Amino acid sequence: MSLLDVSDLRVLLPTADGLQPAVDGVGFTVGEREIVGVAGESGSGKTISMLALLGLTPPGARVTGSAGFGGQDLLALKGKALRDVRGRSIAVVFQDPMTSLHPMLTIGRQLTEHVRHHLGLSKRAALDRAAELLDLVRIPDPRGALGRYPHQFSGGMRQRIAIAMALGCSPDLLIADEPTTALDVTVQAGILRLLDRLRTENGLSIILITHDLGVLSSVADRLYVYYAGRIVETGATSGIIQQPRHPYTQGLLRALPRAEDGLTPIGGTPPSLGAVPAGCAFHPRCAFAEASCAVDRPELVDGLACPINPLVRS
Amino acid sequence: MRSRPYLRFVLVRLGALVLLAVGITLVSFILTNLVPGDPAAANLGQRALSDPAIVAAFRHQHGLDQPLPVQYWKYLTGLVQGDFGTSQRSNRPVGDELAEYVPATLELASTAVVLSVVVGVGLGMLAAMRRNSWLDQLLRVVSLAGVSMPTFWLALAAFFLLFYKWGILPGGGRLDPGLDPPPQVTGLYTVDALLAGQWDIFGNAVFHLIMPALVLAAYTVGLLTRFTRASMLEVLGNDYIRTAQAKGLPGRTIVFRHVLRPALVPILTVAGLAFGSLLSGTVLVEQIFSWNGIGQYAYQSALNLDLPAIMGVSLVVAVIYVTVNFVVDLLYGVVDPRVRLQ
Repeated sequence: MSLLDVSDLRVLLPTADGLQPAVDGVGFTVGEREIVGVAGESGSGKTISMLALLGLTPPGARVTGSAGFGGQDLLALKGKALRDVRGRSIAVVFQDPMTSLHPMLTIGRQLTEHVRHHLGLSKRAALDRAAELLDLVRIPDPRGALGRYPHQFSGGMRQRIAIAMALGCSPDLLIADEPTTALDVTVQAGILRLLDRLRTENGLSIILITHDLGVLSSVADRLYVYYAGRIVETGATSGIIQQPRHPYTQGLLRALPRAEDGLTPIGGTPPSLGAVPAGCAFHPRCAFAEASCAVDRPELVDGLACPINPLVRS
Repeated sequence: MRSRPYLRFVLVRLGALVLLAVGITLVSFILTNLVPGDPAAANLGQRALSDPAIVAAFRHQHGLDQPLPVQYWKYLTGLVQGDFGTSQRSNRPVGDELAEYVPATLELASTAVVLSVVVGVGLGMLAAMRRNSWLDQLLRVVSLAGVSMPTFWLALAAFFLLFYKWGILPGGGRLDPGLDPPPQVTGLYTVDALLAGQWDIFGNAVFHLIMPALVLAAYTVGLLTRFTRASMLEVLGNDYIRTAQAKGLPGRTIVFRHVLRPALVPILTVAGLAFGSLLSGTVLVEQIFSWNGIGQYAYQSALNLDLPAIMGVSLVVAVIYVTVNFVVDLLYGVVDPRVRLQ
């Protein structure tokens, strides 16, 4: 029984040329205490499909599909029912801790306001809880930190604070959108260890969005690889890292900087919104592409959306 | 500890205020003396003017026969002791006259400021929250009208409709002719009436305030509505607002706690500057509504080339203006902790 069960999710975003599909029929599940990695280049729709679950898409966007969570369909929720899920059952940590915290409100205020709203805690109880959370994410002098402002902390500390904030109401699911991208490599590892520890200690499920497969391979149980608004490959992390089957996944892995043989970038650029090629969206950049790839759109079969499956043939 | 640089900032600004006041006296002294006109000709009657002895006596009495630097130095030394000089028109101390006229203007201007901020910021928030709705479009037209309509025209139109045609508001003055002003404490009739417990006087004073304050505030209301809308929309695009939404906070909390505060920073700047245009607007509005304020006083002093009075008015207006902007600077620190804790 999975915690979150998304199927046939489509998100149309408003552009100058009308509504264009940013997410085009994706499905995924997240189990209890599972860390699910979502990988893909910028603009592949990975972030927007997670934001769509909480109704955080930009105004004018159209979202269809279903997202079963705790016996209700997230995509059918509106108004207060939706707000009751946001921050309480499902929390989000955003990419850039330098801009995602409010610059003019104290850390204490930002860590307690949603807790008081959702759980009805008194101010003192909420502050006690906030101090505990800051201690949990290893912020030194948690009590003192409550009275300070975001600009008085470093980027890594701010991301820890953002995580503490997300944990405020003990959510079941944490969506972490590139939580380490804006941070130094040394700080990255600490944040990842923290997420992994929260999963084991707090029974948290996590969706970890990133464009960096290296980051995912260290903590995620399963992976979904996005390309141009669709999932092109999914499976256990170890399997995908060791034996990537989709040409795009292979390209992503080769694009990681490695000590032995340097990195090989994927040629070409990902398609922009509204200009997705017919057939397999990746075929113009794919070394194995055949004539049929430009015509038939591959469906996800056995965790792979590529009928050619070059790895098997070679 | 952390607030010490802030305290220093306050002290430095206060020092700058004093220097600025001295600078203003110098500039207004030079300017009033550059005007090709003779105070004696402006203030003495025809018969007196034809008698050189009387003219000489007038010039001697007001120190006009001395070299300009001496005149300026005398003015400054007097000013330090709280002496604004003597009006050449009325022969009364300028300080006494200012004390009479300034409170009337302060009452009118501060009412207009409060009105502008409350209405302007309120309407701007409404427009931003209901972006592109019919209400937003309507407010766009209304605020544009407020900004572009000349004050004198608006004043006359309001006077004609609200007083002459419909008779719902009094046409001028600070109180009905039959009423005595409340005992003077602050010089603001509304406040003094409240202090004295004279409710009927208070009501009458408020009644008289409404029309001139509305006319005076029209421009700043329009300006603040437009700026507030733009500022709110800019803040709404920030990541931390998405964070607040993702936390499941109610819309009202997000608007008032998360959006309004950062949006206030540019609004404060505009409000401070708008206060200046409001002060200059009083000259016209006071004239039309027979409001015995500093605007009328400035107008009459200028007509009579009453140098000490003109300088007194310039000084008071400039100090008010600079003080308002100083307060705005302090408010930046209140609104934005990054200003305070740097």
